[in-house]
Amino acid sequence: MAETGRLTRAAAGPAISPVTLLRAAIILGALAVWELLSHSGWLYRDVVPSLLSILRALIALLTSPSYYFNLGVTAAEIATALAIGGLSGVAAGILLGANRFLSKAFESYIYYLGPTPKIIFFPVMIMWFGVGPESKVALGSLSCFFPVALSVAAGMRGIDKVLIRVGESFRAGPWQMVVKIYLPAMRHPIINGIRLGLGVALIGTLLAETKLSNKGIGFLIINAYSTFDMPRMYAMLIVLFVLAIGANALVGRLGGLDSIKRV
Amino acid sequence: MTAAAPAKLSDLGNFTARVVGIGALVLFLLVAEILIQTGAISRFIVPPPSEIIGSFYRIITQEHVFSRFLLTAGECLTAGVMITVFGVAGGVLMHRFKLLQQACETWVAAMASAPVVLMYPLFMVIFGRNVWTIIMMGFVAALPPVILKTIEGIAGTRKVLVNVGRSFNLSPTQQFWKILFPAALPTIFVGVRLGLIFALINIVGVEFLINYGGLGQLIEDLAERYDLAGTYAAICFVILVSVLFFMALEKAERWLRPVD
Repeated sequence: MAETGRLTRAAAGPAISPVTLLRAAIILGALAVWELLSHSGWLYRDVVPSLLSILRALIALLTSPSYYFNLGVTAAEIATALAIGGLSGVAAGILLGANRFLSKAFESYIYYLGPTPKIIFFPVMIMWFGVGPESKVALGSLSCFFPVALSVAAGMRGIDKVLIRVGESFRAGPWQMVVKIYLPAMRHPIINGIRLGLGVALIGTLLAETKLSNKGIGFLIINAYSTFDMPRMYAMLIVLFVLAIGANALVGRLGGLDSIKRV
Repeated sequence: MTAAAPAKLSDLGNFTARVVGIGALVLFLLVAEILIQTGAISRFIVPPPSEIIGSFYRIITQEHVFSRFLLTAGECLTAGVMITVFGVAGGVLMHRFKLLQQACETWVAAMASAPVVLMYPLFMVIFGRNVWTIIMMGFVAALPPVILKTIEGIAGTRKVLVNVGRSFNLSPTQQFWKILFPAALPTIFVGVRLGLIFALINIVGVEFLINYGGLGQLIEDLAERYDLAGTYAAICFVILVSVLFFMALEKAERWLRPVD
């Protein structure tokens, strides 16, 4: 036992793996090039502000209460959009996945409308829902609906027939079938669809905010552009990217790891 | 995937389903027309479908739709060439140097899920409010899938093929060009197709947002003039163009992909 213990310790290698080392080198290299560019004067100073000023803007951003107010507005819009678009997407997906006729009749519309640019519906959404947060929620919901519906419909068709037969042999009603059989069996495609939906809802909502709004993160970004406050814009993009990638990873982890292993 | 859609329906069933699908759309437009004509829905919010269809001719003849379409298509094509060149090169490079792949593949995947298009104000500062902002936005947003699919394609080459190359004693360069690259080509094209879709979405979106360029700008322009029927017609037109674009890409992919 002592032998194997020593062996594994020896096999663990150096404390820092070459991958980590390379990553650190790439990041440090990029930062160094950035800083060099910002001091060289080859590019406009404002386009490539020094790291220090970005850091300062980042700290100022994270300590200002108004930023959190705007973050809250945007988060509420995205959450509402995800709830509306996601629920209607799941419902539509279950209908299309369960019924071959409906799927043949309507699924191609959703399939082809899915990847079109949703932001161009924004003028219509303003007309329907006004210039406030409602139109942003509407655009986010519209973006979110398509990937969720497609993913759920595909997941529905992929359900093990045995599970469905079990439900039928227990004489489950339609609602019971949905709650007891379909939804648990489709957890993975649903979570995956919601992950895709979250990404596009976020983009839809924020883009709409940059186009026309007076609060929210999108508004702050376009405001930094209008006042040419580049360090602030970089700081906001950094925070936004960290939040977006983190949310995506979180949703993936919630449904991904344990449900794939179901046998 | 429509291909995954039911194969079990009979021909008659398929036909009926298609008729029902189109019929529902027609019925929807008809109901909307009636509701708007009777005043149940204000025509200052939703113009009647007949008016929208009527203004198709107007926007095509008066708004230079064809040259706008060419501009947007040109932007997409430029971004498409760029993602193909840089994406495939990046993927090959990352496959060649395993360490680089281990270090960066998760970064590329993270970038694929990040809302890159929100950087458009930044790009406007860097490139100015011109075509290059739009192209670069499409390029950056569409690059990750090409890189990831290139890696996947090369790594997924069947062992037998690799061994054939080895037994012919091919040099690494020959091994790459004669074995790995051709075997990866169908998967790479899947990446390029995804990339082109992302590029189109982002390009039209940014055109709309910065009010510059081709089809996206047309919508913004008409909306600002409060030309309601025109706006709706332009949106339908852009949707139609993008759907046709996806269909063409799908056809191309099926044509390129050998039956396996």
